[in-house]
Amino acid sequence: MDIAVNILLTIATAATPLLIAAIGELVVERSGVLNLGVEGMMIMGAVGGFGAGHLTGSPWIGLLAAIAMGALFSLLFAVMTLSLATNQVATGLSLTLLGLGLSGMIGTSFVGQPGVRLPNLDIPVLTDIPVIGRLLFGQDPIFYISIALTAAVMWFLFKTRTGLTLRSIGDSHTSAHALGIKVIRYRYLSVIFGGACAGLAGGHLSLVYTPQWVENMSAGRGWIALALVVFASWRPWRVLAGAYIFGAVWIGQLHAQAFGIPVPSQMLSSLPYLATVVVLVLISRNKRLTMMNTPASLGQPFVPDR
Amino acid sequence: MKKLLIALMTTTAALSLAASAQAADKLKACWVYTGPIGDFGYSYQHDQGRLEVQKALGDKVETAYLENVSEGPDADRAFERLSREGCKLIFGTSFGFMDAEVKAAKKFPKVMFEHATGYKSGDNLGLYNARFYEGRYVLGQIAAKESKSGVAGYIVSFPIPEVVMGINSFMLGAQSINPNFKAKIVWVNSWFDPGKEADAAKALFDQGADIIVQHTDSTAALQVAEERKLHGFGQSSDMIKFAPNAQLTSLTDEWGPYYISRVQAAIDGTWKPDNVWLGIKDGAVKLAPYTNMPDDVKAMAEATEKKIAGGWNPFTGPIAKQDGSAWLKDGEVADDGTLLGMNFYVKGVDDKLPQ
Repeated sequence: MDIAVNILLTIATAATPLLIAAIGELVVERSGVLNLGVEGMMIMGAVGGFGAGHLTGSPWIGLLAAIAMGALFSLLFAVMTLSLATNQVATGLSLTLLGLGLSGMIGTSFVGQPGVRLPNLDIPVLTDIPVIGRLLFGQDPIFYISIALTAAVMWFLFKTRTGLTLRSIGDSHTSAHALGIKVIRYRYLSVIFGGACAGLAGGHLSLVYTPQWVENMSAGRGWIALALVVFASWRPWRVLAGAYIFGAVWIGQLHAQAFGIPVPSQMLSSLPYLATVVVLVLISRNKRLTMMNTPASLGQPFVPDR
Repeated sequence: MKKLLIALMTTTAALSLAASAQAADKLKACWVYTGPIGDFGYSYQHDQGRLEVQKALGDKVETAYLENVSEGPDADRAFERLSREGCKLIFGTSFGFMDAEVKAAKKFPKVMFEHATGYKSGDNLGLYNARFYEGRYVLGQIAAKESKSGVAGYIVSFPIPEVVMGINSFMLGAQSINPNFKAKIVWVNSWFDPGKEADAAKALFDQGADIIVQHTDSTAALQVAEERKLHGFGQSSDMIKFAPNAQLTSLTDEWGPYYISRVQAAIDGTWKPDNVWLGIKDGAVKLAPYTNMPDDVKAMAEATEKKIAGGWNPFTGPIAKQDGSAWLKDGEVADDGTLLGMNFYVKGVDDKLPQ
C-alpha cells in the first residue's frame, strides 16, 4: 500500500509543472495568441524562484518571485506581439531562446548552491490518516494551487461573461473589436496570466521537484505543456487528464525498469509521449467539437484600426 | 578638434594592432561541452579544468568554450566554427562528439584535436579518458557494506561502453563484499534532466533499494536520498552541500593537470596525438572525502583505493559474464580494448542490456 501511495505522490509531482504551464498557455491561446515561449518563461521562473528563495531563505518569497519573473518575462512577448504586432511564432521561439540564455547568465552564481524547499502540507490528524492522508493533505502547496487553478480556469472560461468575451476574441478579434471589446487589453492580461503560470511551473521545478538551480533544468517541459494544450483541444479538464497520463506513464515505466521487466528502455522512455498523444487524440476525435474549440484567430496579429 | 580626432584614431588603431599582435602570440585552446557549464557535474568539471589552464599558463594561452552542444549535426558545426575562429587545440569532451571531431580533424589538419572517452584517433586527433570504473569499484564495496536491504538503485543514461563498464565494476566491488548483492537499474535516456533523475531515484527507493548510484550528471537523485534519509554517491563533482547526510562519497573528475600538460605541450610545439587513460593513480579520478559511514568501512574504502592506485585492476579474473559463461580466467586482467568496447554484463547484474 505504501508503495502505491508513493507512486501516486511521485506522479503528482511530475504532472504538476506540466499542468500549471499548460493551463496558463490554454488561456493565452483561447484569447487567440500563440506564445511558444513557455519553455523560456518556465526557466526564468525557475531561476527567479531559486534565486529569491536562496537569497532570502524563504521558499514562499521564492514562489512569488517565480510568478513575478514569468509574468514580467511574458510582458516582453506581449509588447512585441500585441503592441508592435510582430510575428507570434518567431517572437515566441526567440523568447524561449532568450529565456534559456538569460537564466543561465542570471544563475551563474547559484550553481552548486543548495536551495530551499517548499514544505509539504502537514495538518495534524488529517495528514496522518492512512493512505488518503498523505495524498489529500500531505502534498506540496503548488499541487493544490494547480488543481484549484484548473477548476478556476474552467469556471472562468465557460461560466463567466468575461470568459465568454475572452473566447470570442480568440475566435474573431475583428468582430470583438467591432463590438467595442478592448481586444489588446484582454490579450495583454491573458499573456501575462500565461507567463505567471509558466513562472509558477518553473518555481515548482526549483523549489519542490528538485530544489536546486542548474541551467536548462526545465529540460523541455515547456514544450510538452504546449503540446498538451493542442492535443487536449483547448479544454482544461483534458489538459489535466493529459498531464496526469503523461506523469503516470512516465513514472510507471521507471518502475517497470526497476522491477526488471525486459522491455528495451528506449521503448519505455518514449511511452509517455506516445500514450498521452494517443489518449488525447482519442478523446478529442469528435471533429465538430474540436473545430468549435479551436480558437479561430489563433496566432494572427491584430492591429486595431483606431 | 580634427587633429585631436585623428590622434585619437591613430592611438586606438595602434592599440588594437598591439592587441592583435599579442593575441597571435597566445595559443588559443578551446573546449566543447555537451552540457551547460552550470550543471555542477560533468561539463562543470571540464570547465574547472579549463579555468585551471587559464590560471596556470596565464597570458600564454587564450581559452574559449562552447557549451550545450548537442551530439549530432550541431557538433559538426561547433568544431568547424572553433577551427575557423583560430583555435589551435580543441578538446571535445563527450563520447558523442566522436564522429564530428574525426571529420573536423581531417578538414583542419593544422589544428590539434583531443577527444575524451572515445576510440577513434588520427594524425592530429588524440584521445584521453579517465578510468572512472576504478572509482566505481570502491563505490560498490561501500554500497555492499552500507546497504541494509542488499539492493542498490543505479540510475544510468545511455548503454555505451563507459556506462556498462561502470555498472560491471560497481557490481564486482559489491559482490566482493556480499556475493548476493543486487542492483536495480533504470535508464533515463538522458545525461542531464534533474526531474527525471529525481523520479528515477524515487522509483528505485520505492522498490526497496536503499542506496543510490548514478551515471547521470545532476544532484537531483542525491537530494531525494537526503529527503528519504537514505544514502547515495555523488557524480563528477563533490555534491556534499546538496546531501550533507546522504552522500557517502562522490566520484569526481579532475581534468586540470592533464589539460595544463597538453596545452603546455602545444605551446612548446611538442604536442603529439596520444591515447591516455588516466586513473586514480594519476589523480584524474578522485573520491570525495568519505562521509556518513563507520570508520571500518572508510578504512576498507581507503585500502581499496590504495590498492587500485598501486596498479591493481578491478577487472581481474576470475570473472564470468551475466549468462555464466567464463570471461576472464583466474588472475587474467581485462585489456583496455575490451573494456572500451564493453557491451556485456558480468554475472549478478539484474538487467537486460538495451542494445
